[in-house]
Amino acid sequence: MSEKNLLPSGLPRIESLEMRGIVKRFPGVLANDHVDFDVKAGEIHALLGENGAGKSTLMKILYGLYAPEEGEIYLNGEKININSPTDSINHGIGMIHQHFMLVDTLNVAQNVALGLKSTREPRLDLDIVSERITELSEAYGLHVDPQANVGRLAVGERQRVEIIKALYRGAALLVLDEPTAVLTPQEVDDVFVIFRQMARDGHGLIFISHKLDEITALTDRVTVLRDGKAIGTRPTSEVTKKDLANMMVGREVLLERNRPPAETGEVRLKLDNVSAFNDREQQILKNVSLEVRSGEIVGVAGVSGNGQRPLAEAIAGLQPTSEGSIFLEQRDVTGLATIEMLRAGLSYIPEERMHDGVIKDFSVAWNFILQDHVRAPYSRGIFLNFKYIDQHSQELIKSFNVKTPSRETPVKNLSGGNIQKLILARELDRRPRVLIAAQPTRGVDIGATEYIHNQLLLQRAEGLATLLISEDLDEVMALSDRIVVMFGGEIMGIVENKGISAEDLGLMMAGERLDNA
Amino acid sequence: MNENLTLLAIVLGILHSGIRLATPYLYASLGEMFAQRSGVLNLGVEGIMLMGSFFGFYTVFETQNMWLGLAVAGLVGALMGLLMALVSVTFKAEQGISGIGLSLFGLGVSSLLFKMTLGTVEGVDGFSELKFCLSSVGVNSGVCLSDLPVVGDIVFSHSLVTYLGYALVPVAAWILARTTWGLKIKAVGQNPEAADSLGVSVSAVRYATVTLGGIFAGIAGASLSISLLGIFQENMTNGIGFIAVALVYFGGWSPWGVLAGSLLFSTVSAIQLWGQVLNLPIPSDVSVMLPYLLTIIALALPIRRAAQPAALTKPFTRGEG
Amino acid sequence: MSISYRLGRLLDVLVPFIAVGAALAVGAIILSFQDVNPFTAYEAMFSGAFTNKNGLADTMVKMIPLLLVALGVAIAFRGGVINIGAEGQLIVGAVLTTYVGLQLGDRLPGPLVIVIGLAAGALMGGFWAAIPGYLKARLGVNEILSTIMMNQIAIQVAFYLLRGPMIDPAELAAGTNIPHSARLPQSTDLPRFTDMAKWVGLDKSAADLGLTGFAGEVYGLLVEPTRLHSGLIIAVVMAILVYIFLWRTTIGYRIRAVGLNQAASRYAGINVQRYIVLSMTLGGMFAGLAGAVEILGLHHRMFEPQAVSAGYGFSGIVVALFGSLHPLGIIPSALLFGGLLVGGDKMQRAVQVPQVLITVILGMVVLFVVSADLWVRRRVNRRVSVDEESPPKPPAEPSPEAAT
Repeated sequence: MSEKNLLPSGLPRIESLEMRGIVKRFPGVLANDHVDFDVKAGEIHALLGENGAGKSTLMKILYGLYAPEEGEIYLNGEKININSPTDSINHGIGMIHQHFMLVDTLNVAQNVALGLKSTREPRLDLDIVSERITELSEAYGLHVDPQANVGRLAVGERQRVEIIKALYRGAALLVLDEPTAVLTPQEVDDVFVIFRQMARDGHGLIFISHKLDEITALTDRVTVLRDGKAIGTRPTSEVTKKDLANMMVGREVLLERNRPPAETGEVRLKLDNVSAFNDREQQILKNVSLEVRSGEIVGVAGVSGNGQRPLAEAIAGLQPTSEGSIFLEQRDVTGLATIEMLRAGLSYIPEERMHDGVIKDFSVAWNFILQDHVRAPYSRGIFLNFKYIDQHSQELIKSFNVKTPSRETPVKNLSGGNIQKLILARELDRRPRVLIAAQPTRGVDIGATEYIHNQLLLQRAEGLATLLISEDLDEVMALSDRIVVMFGGEIMGIVENKGISAEDLGLMMAGERLDNA
Repeated sequence: MNENLTLLAIVLGILHSGIRLATPYLYASLGEMFAQRSGVLNLGVEGIMLMGSFFGFYTVFETQNMWLGLAVAGLVGALMGLLMALVSVTFKAEQGISGIGLSLFGLGVSSLLFKMTLGTVEGVDGFSELKFCLSSVGVNSGVCLSDLPVVGDIVFSHSLVTYLGYALVPVAAWILARTTWGLKIKAVGQNPEAADSLGVSVSAVRYATVTLGGIFAGIAGASLSISLLGIFQENMTNGIGFIAVALVYFGGWSPWGVLAGSLLFSTVSAIQLWGQVLNLPIPSDVSVMLPYLLTIIALALPIRRAAQPAALTKPFTRGEG
Repeated sequence: MSISYRLGRLLDVLVPFIAVGAALAVGAIILSFQDVNPFTAYEAMFSGAFTNKNGLADTMVKMIPLLLVALGVAIAFRGGVINIGAEGQLIVGAVLTTYVGLQLGDRLPGPLVIVIGLAAGALMGGFWAAIPGYLKARLGVNEILSTIMMNQIAIQVAFYLLRGPMIDPAELAAGTNIPHSARLPQSTDLPRFTDMAKWVGLDKSAADLGLTGFAGEVYGLLVEPTRLHSGLIIAVVMAILVYIFLWRTTIGYRIRAVGLNQAASRYAGINVQRYIVLSMTLGGMFAGLAGAVEILGLHHRMFEPQAVSAGYGFSGIVVALFGSLHPLGIIPSALLFGGLLVGGDKMQRAVQVPQVLITVILGMVVLFVVSADLWVRRRVNRRVSVDEESPPKPPAEPSPEAAT
């Protein structure tokens, strides 16, 4: 085999991989509907689609986690069978998962060696593993230290460990599942350099994403999935973002929301120099000061993990603060318990809706009363008033269009979008003075997303003060009147949402303070 | 002068007893440690110990072969462990409650079989003390290490079962730190999804550790009836199995920590026994209570929490994580 | 509602019965290995417990503490805490009730002492459970292990008191030193059914009235002198109250919410720690009440602790599981298992099979019921949306799930 056909890791290239006619069914859903997809050596091929379009399923089939009902996979023209992740790995396919599969109590070498045969079975040969890691690290420019404890690594570094894991196992084809979801714009640029080099060296890369900017910047071809079907495959240079968006959604996409000018009133929520530490004594909020007025939406932008969740939780009374004050309508509410905050007029839509927002074994009706069951008319004394609860649930289901067989249905049987609408209905029905909405449309289908956005704008027009926390920059820019950018627990800048560009915000998200920019 | 000698004898006696009595705790706790490290809490150890206790005793009673007794106890323990693995790993049942069920089952079966076969309390000659002697004549004569003053009595006069138990501690430590098995166990207990994504069978690892834990618990029970006490009684463990489970928490899920915990508890028990013999003015009820009180206090200490395997008690399903 | 959903609910109800059936089947296998005809044995068990007046009386007498303990266990489980400490909670409740009865029995009217005694037992049991409850809520201590330890401590405390301050003066005088208390004054006895029958003028026996067969046995149970006491009424009333409490009050709502999802409860402003302690305490109160009822209704003195608790702390868990943790299911469940325990004794007399077979069956019922959970969950858990990308998971905290 000629030198040219070997990858920097020393292994042979995969010239082509084809998936033909893939069909995958789940109860009630056709996740992949006769999908064709292929990748060649040296190309970066994007797989684009909304949540629920079938991209994850298709890749899980490639990686051996699911078995398709119909369809075949061909490697270099020959049919192969993939029945488990091990098969997939043996064929040279490596997967970089969106949520990293790393054991944080072990170091890099241990994580890489996990599951592999040692040269000295049963004794580990971590010294040999470490050497090879260093080799690969240098060949690909990854800068990974084999002895580093994974729990202490930053997000970008962890991703590079995932890449080394795949290369170590001989990956010639890499599947990258939403690789930039947790990176700052600068880290994205860095890792794109690595990806481009890998492609030049002969690897094939599958780039799963729903971010149009990245696809146009990085990839050679793009395949769009919608509702389980492959809509089309095009060279990236021959399509525009608008084309892609339309293919993705199936109709003309409104990339802008209609936002009437804000009519702001008094300050409803104020944070003054708030700081907080987590239980590992790391500082998660640093001197945060901001204001939200009635009638406005203040968007908090930033990559997930930079203090947004502690911010929301500090306001809601779930995260203790070490200094600073929080005011709700002139009243000092610093350090008050959650129940007090809720009584004082705060409503909070948490980002983990299944985990924190609803009790999935309870019915829809029971979930509507999660906060307010102690208040009349939901209860009289300690006894619950079922007549009122049932009647009111019915009203909310109707007015917020929550699709459910009945109000007695356990919430776990509802789709993500409808659960989110349930939560929204519940929180808005409390007539709050201040609303914190964290990632309100994450994992929610287009229809429900539009609905939720419209509701938020409606409430804004009626005077609600909203703090919108979202990692979706498009959403933040579409809805907010002012934008706060967080990085490392600090506020990098607060700007009016007029004429500001994504690049400017991106700089702040990466740690550039507004004054310096 | 006389009193000092007596005091020395007492202390030696307590230390000797402490090392000896730690045997069942040590076996059971080491086995449970492997299970917990891989993410499974097995509260059935009490029942498995009782089964091992009975079957070991019965075998020795019928065959006079102590090693066979231990082997049978280990086999029975393995079967019980397998059952627990089936219920916890394959059926993904609530681990705390299923463990209690298994303990009830083990208690019931051991008592039932005892009543139906042996009927009354009988005795067996247990493992004799090894004295580490150098001699061409016989094992227990000649120049012996156990004749060393002080140290000889405490350390070198125990049965083989006990020595094996202690020898298992460094072996367990080596397995966890330096082998591929240990790596898999640790990974499965901390992040089973990650292990699964690399082709490690979470089920297989957990089946293995829980079954191994069962073998150890069976041997622990047998060590009690064959080696330590030489008799069998219904419910003779009376909570040792549960303490052994608690010792894993106490020991921070490390073999050396488990060793320290076992010694601590057995020494407290030894003090309690000696206290009774010497008619010390501690009410027997209070001193019997001590190990249990100590366990609760140990559990309440916050120092070990960080070492707890993140996936402990959580069943794993691919796709749910 | 979909068919698979309905099927799931049906399975929910059937599972306990299948579990008992399977356990009895395995028991039959063990019996046949020992050359005992399982049918003869089980027939002796069933008829001994359910077909005659005294058997029924014994069954229902056992049903009382089982029902009470199981109610407590069910509340605790639904609140997300696993209470294995009912044995100890029962014992300390019984001890305090005995003390109250001995101190006040001669000085205050009987009914008043009964009420105080029952309350004292319940509160003591609650206190005994509150300790591990607090340790779990504040320090994250595994409550299974701590409650098991508390059981042992309770036994020793009881022994200490019974050998010392609470010993029957008659024992001291006779020099025999058996650890039991004096007999409580008769005024503190819970009225038996036969006493209550006399109040309403029913004092003829079944034979006098010409009632025969099963009807005669039941009449005899309620009217003729048997051990059956009004503790049964207390227990059943408690069951109904627990149902109303858990499903119709705000406090019950919160207990169940915390048991199902601590995080969401916290986000809704519920004080999770407080409810963990409350759930455990309530669990202990019911066990303590069981101890009180046993003393005032049955034993009328305190003696060897483990003979008083008679394993109810563990069999009560089985009763609760079998009854699907629901009060209305627990009532018949307690009756069934009371019969099983009584039947075991009858079986031992009839075919010389040791009573401890029942322990084996109990253990197996637990294993089967918790194993079957998976199949039930698979049916009922039908998610509509499948390819939904799940959000990144927060760091794992030691939080219980379902009935953890």
